[in-house]
Amino acid sequence: MREVRAQAVNAREVRPGDAPQPPATAPLYCRDLSVGYGTRRVLDGVTLDFAPALWHAVVGPNGCGKSTLLRALAGLTRASSGTIVLHGRELSAWPRRARARRLAWLAQTSGATDLTGADVVGLGRLAHGGWLTARAAEDDAAVRRAMTATGSLEWAQRRLSSLSGGERQRIHLARALAGEASVLLLDEPTSHLDPPHQEDVVRLLREQAHGCRVCVVSAIHDLSLALAADRLVVMGRRGLIGQGTVGDALAGDWLSTAFETAIEVVEYKGTHLWRPALAAGAGHP
Amino acid sequence: MSTPRAHVLLDRVIPLGAPNRLALWLACCLAVTLLLTFGGLIIGTTSIETSLHWLSAPDEQAAVVLWQIRLPRTVGAWCVGALLGLCGATAQGVFRNPLAEPYLLGTAPGAALGVALSLIAVDSTIGELAWAGKLGLTAAACVGAAAATALTIALARGVLQTTSLLLAGIVVGSVLGAITSLILLTKPEIFRAMQTFLLGSTAFLSWSAVILVGGVLCLSFVPAILLSRGLDALTLGEDTAQSLGLSLPVLRLALLGMMAVGTATTVGQVGIVMFVGLMAPHVVRETLTLNHRQLLIAAPLCGGALLQAADLLSRWIIRPAELPVGSVTACVGGAYLVLLLWRRNRHA
Repeated sequence: MREVRAQAVNAREVRPGDAPQPPATAPLYCRDLSVGYGTRRVLDGVTLDFAPALWHAVVGPNGCGKSTLLRALAGLTRASSGTIVLHGRELSAWPRRARARRLAWLAQTSGATDLTGADVVGLGRLAHGGWLTARAAEDDAAVRRAMTATGSLEWAQRRLSSLSGGERQRIHLARALAGEASVLLLDEPTSHLDPPHQEDVVRLLREQAHGCRVCVVSAIHDLSLALAADRLVVMGRRGLIGQGTVGDALAGDWLSTAFETAIEVVEYKGTHLWRPALAAGAGHP
Repeated sequence: MSTPRAHVLLDRVIPLGAPNRLALWLACCLAVTLLLTFGGLIIGTTSIETSLHWLSAPDEQAAVVLWQIRLPRTVGAWCVGALLGLCGATAQGVFRNPLAEPYLLGTAPGAALGVALSLIAVDSTIGELAWAGKLGLTAAACVGAAAATALTIALARGVLQTTSLLLAGIVVGSVLGAITSLILLTKPEIFRAMQTFLLGSTAFLSWSAVILVGGVLCLSFVPAILLSRGLDALTLGEDTAQSLGLSLPVLRLALLGMMAVGTATTVGQVGIVMFVGLMAPHVVRETLTLNHRQLLIAAPLCGGALLQAADLLSRWIIRPAELPVGSVTACVGGAYLVLLLWRRNRHA
């Protein structure tokens, strides 16, 4: 354990101290972001850049502030200090609906409503139409695309409350996609899903990032899935450990620092996999 | 997802809209309403045979009874029920609670207090009041309800916490109810009039009341329908609704204001009628899968028919005398609520 703490100190030093100027194209970045609930500080001076056309995975142990980070970036939790900039404009300065057209947020758990699947996904277009206009044809087309992409079209007419957790998750993911925002903030989009569908979601996130040039930021619990991301944001209980490519994270052993235990990552046919230290003699040195 | 499963095929087959049973349902509702309206014309202190005879060949007295007493009464009951149904469906959406009802924010006790105070002021009884006095009562009820709503919102420190709003509403309701009871104790001369009011009665509905309630009903539809997708979004949770670009304070203030005015109007005309606003949205939801835009159209139609039916029952059960309609809705609504709870428990 002492060894791990020593690593943590080292990793702090790895963290870029001076904030680099963000690239002009960064759709979303934050500087010295601090967020607290009451007296408890969850995020303390976090500086991050999120690039377009990349999938960023936020990883870290439970309670390290992944959800808080995403909520702050979505403008749902007020930051106690620091700035968040969306498309070159301070997040809080955006008009509500204009912001919602550019930034979509997916909650970790969403309520089981009595609405139909299509109605829920249609809500992703809420900021697009006027108050008076009914759903336009282009809204319907976007809803259909999003539902097809997440494989949820067959539940279009079902009440959401009658679907399983995984099915609901895919409807909610479709809702986040339906707005066709340029920034997607997803809190655990793979929870409640069986492994093949987790893989589908990951493929979808990549497609959104690389194909549609969306800036995707997602908190992901499953380390093997997270290691497939373009960029990693690694958070520990004592703050941000680092942001960079998977190579950077592995080189600096950020994951072990973050989880305060040895995290072994193996490479298998070009992909990185987390290897749980369950076998006797493996894992803990 | 990106894998070519069956989705490509389904894309062509599956329509996004739910199969539209709503139109059929609304047609049934309207048919029932027409039947009940006819019932409202033929049921009264006279026998049904006499009423039917009146309808076929009305003399002067019969015309007055039919068109100036019975018809406005049954149409008015429909309007009041519809307004309560609309307010109930809105309340359940705003509070995200299936047991919410229009009287939640202390509006009913507030309106009752307003009416009690105005009754003392004009020193009269509900039955003797002329049109102007009636409007005075409605205005007093509105002011009382608005004050109660404002007090509730102030106590809850704004509209951000629905739980605080609910609790504050309960507190305000109890305190205002207690004050009304105290006034009744000290001013026994208004007791009878207030009793009619507190139990709810459709007996005094006139054409002017129909116009008033109908007008408020039409006006209430404007914010309700405009904000119906906002209510849909709210079912996904407050955070998700906000992330979709919705302003929760605007939505809540607009709809709470609408509820306050709507409830006050009904309370001013017929007094306190329990359970109609609670039941109507549930009856609709039990039979149909709806979004709020559809619910806010269907629930008023259902509520209208419910109160019309309750009005008929109140005139029928101990004819030629009649019961206060509020006691009928309380019994029927209470029974329905228990049934609903039992069914929920069985499913859970």
